[in-house]
Amino acid sequence: MPTTEPPADMPQPAALRTGRTDVTAFEYAPAPESRAIARLKPSYGIYVDGEFRDGRGEAVKTINPATEEPLAEIAEANEADVADAVAAARRAYEGSWSRMPGAERAKYLFRIARAIQERGRELAVLESLDNGKPIKESRDVDIPNAAAHFFYYAGWADKLGYAGFGPNPRPVGVAGQIIPWNFPLLMAAWKIAPALATGNTVVLKPAETTPLTALTLAEIIAECDLPPGVVNVLAGGPSVGQALVEQPGVDKLAFTGSTAVGKQLQRSVAVSGKRLSLELGGKAANIVFDDAAIDQAVEGIVTGIFFNQGHVCCAGSRLLVQESVHDEVVAALQERLQTLRLGDPLDKNTDIGAINSAAQLARVRELADVGEAEGATRWSPACALPDRGFWFPPTVFTGASQASRIAQEEIFGPVLTVLTFRTPQEAVDKANNTPYGLSAGIWTEKGSRILWMANRLRAGVVWANTFNRFDPTSPFGGYTESGFGREGGRHGLAAYLESEA
Amino acid sequence: MSLTLSQPGAASPVAAALADASRDDASLRRFLHGLPGVDQVGAEARAAALATRSIKTTSKAWAIDMAIRMVDLTTLEGSDTPGRVRSLCGKAVRPDPSDASAPAVAAVCVYPDMVPVAVQALRGSAVQVASVATAFPSGRASLATKLVDVAEAVAAGAAEIDMVIDRGAFLAGHYLKVFEEIVAVKAACGSAHLKVILETGELVTLDSVRRASWLALLAGGDFIKTSTGKVSPAATPPVALVMLQAVRDFAARTGQVRGVKLAGGIRTTKEAVRYLVMVNEVAGQPWLDPRTFRFGASSLLNDLLLQRHKLSTGAYDGPDYVSID
Repeated sequence: MPTTEPPADMPQPAALRTGRTDVTAFEYAPAPESRAIARLKPSYGIYVDGEFRDGRGEAVKTINPATEEPLAEIAEANEADVADAVAAARRAYEGSWSRMPGAERAKYLFRIARAIQERGRELAVLESLDNGKPIKESRDVDIPNAAAHFFYYAGWADKLGYAGFGPNPRPVGVAGQIIPWNFPLLMAAWKIAPALATGNTVVLKPAETTPLTALTLAEIIAECDLPPGVVNVLAGGPSVGQALVEQPGVDKLAFTGSTAVGKQLQRSVAVSGKRLSLELGGKAANIVFDDAAIDQAVEGIVTGIFFNQGHVCCAGSRLLVQESVHDEVVAALQERLQTLRLGDPLDKNTDIGAINSAAQLARVRELADVGEAEGATRWSPACALPDRGFWFPPTVFTGASQASRIAQEEIFGPVLTVLTFRTPQEAVDKANNTPYGLSAGIWTEKGSRILWMANRLRAGVVWANTFNRFDPTSPFGGYTESGFGREGGRHGLAAYLESEA
Repeated sequence: MSLTLSQPGAASPVAAALADASRDDASLRRFLHGLPGVDQVGAEARAAALATRSIKTTSKAWAIDMAIRMVDLTTLEGSDTPGRVRSLCGKAVRPDPSDASAPAVAAVCVYPDMVPVAVQALRGSAVQVASVATAFPSGRASLATKLVDVAEAVAAGAAEIDMVIDRGAFLAGHYLKVFEEIVAVKAACGSAHLKVILETGELVTLDSVRRASWLALLAGGDFIKTSTGKVSPAATPPVALVMLQAVRDFAARTGQVRGVKLAGGIRTTKEAVRYLVMVNEVAGQPWLDPRTFRFGASSLLNDLLLQRHKLSTGAYDGPDYVSID
């Protein structure tokens, strides 16, 4: 608490009268989840046609970004494995899955959802080990939401004729799905659940740095007795992704990741007849008006940019604050950031975990340095970074201009750029002044202003007096360089259905 | 121990501006309604997030002892007798007869007519005598009656007075009436320490809790307190959050450190520790002190003692190993 100290003459409590003089302040003792819960195996392979086997590509190690220690060896897929997986998915699609009654498919999905819940702790610890995110987030957000997606889409499986896509919508076929490292299991669930509910089969490629929970999900799927080939999981890097994109047997591609890769992917599938949905980057504006509930707005700013170390495509990385409350909001934010606890992702009291990879850390560092070079004022709370692993402190840039790179480019890290506005129209103009358009946040106690703003913001998701809230019933997706297509909700079915005219 | 934390220092410009806020009814209304709103959903989410902190081993031991030292051990029943009050005082001074390292509580809280009994029983100890007053718990009496109530309790030796605000006047928007009553009670307290009970269960909205908190702080309350314990809901995490924000913000603007007391419904160590986490992360470490944070409770103390035993012995005792009150 920097602002207030009790008067110096305040008598010190008599050695706390506890006889336990080893602790003099409320320091939280370490409260780590046990690593053993993750049931980590020394090596993992790929899951193709209902079989677990080693991929024929490279053997790589996946590491714990908090310590740089290797976690497991992954026998990655090669192009032949991709062809096998797509062929298996095609057989499963034609053999059984696409013709199975929706109510039967739903049973499998419900089973997967329950199994994710049953193994929730294991998945949470595994996710935090592989990704670096705090256990409280993997435990309270990633894993429950992953299960919720399967539950939600299980409910749609036998009601597709009533979903607004005609009386008898048909599945698309084999879906190739490529997902990022920021929410490894949750993104797998976002992709797999709607695809299976609508009768498609899947070849999923998790990110190279975070394959473990997707491969454990494959185990769950195998235990749930899904017919072989309905879901295939291929560990691997960009070359495996490219092979999947180019496979002729793939009918539909779904990609979540960077805008640069998304553009490349769209070029690759041009005139191939493959359907495509892209969920790409963002540079969301989190807009705070002077009549906002300031304490809650500060929480929303923190959730917006420091949740998951800012590795969130819809992160509220641009704070647009009304100039009249700029100083007040920034001061309250800085005070709040001093209570954030950075460190061991497995500790239940950790708020900020590790950056996922050395490459990402380099990117965050580079852009933060650019921000400083551009003349913005850089601020971080006093916090010691661990010696090993990939770490970046929560960082706030004030005095940045709309023209600075840190106000325009996606940093994908715990870095907030503060900008100001004077009127609602200026807030809209500045918020929309980006090639991206994934999300936005509005903080005001005035309901009419929320509606006025929401109608004008060019963003797929607009949150009012909250931020980074996800729910399977709500569609999610972007405009322009943030991609196209929607995931979640009834809208999420459209990407996997051919509607009947 | 006399509580002098909130004595105003040299009048700063900020303090003068705040003094202006209570110049008349219109100014006070403008000030209170000019405070930033509280978003109920957001406040509840923040309180729930703080409740997920995991407090174990040494930090739990520290928190339990701190919580014991913050307890205002309370009996406020029509059936209170001198014998019961004396018994409670004995427990307040030495909560755990089998373990001298267990700290004493902060205060014993009784009705005004029991103050002499408590004062005598606690003589020579550091435990304070607190008394509810001002026609507790409803506050439905004339100001003159309330002031007599306070004066009698102070004369009998109460070092701390827990008053109730006029919730009817507050809800009717007569903020200055509430303000002036607190000012008058504060004057009647003399050197006694004033805790202002907002009865948040009757104010209902968090916006009202924030306004009532500032009103009581502006009027000179040394503590703001959630509840009488006679109305449900009493202390809740979102209400505690908003009140802690109020003392934090008040200190930032005036340099004066005021306290928060949560009363009613806090029965378990787990809840108490969660509140200490909230104090630590919302108001800040300096507030983790019996002079700036209290629990008004009765059964909480026994649970704290049971958990204290558990930490030192590794096994839970049965309820017969702590004294009944």
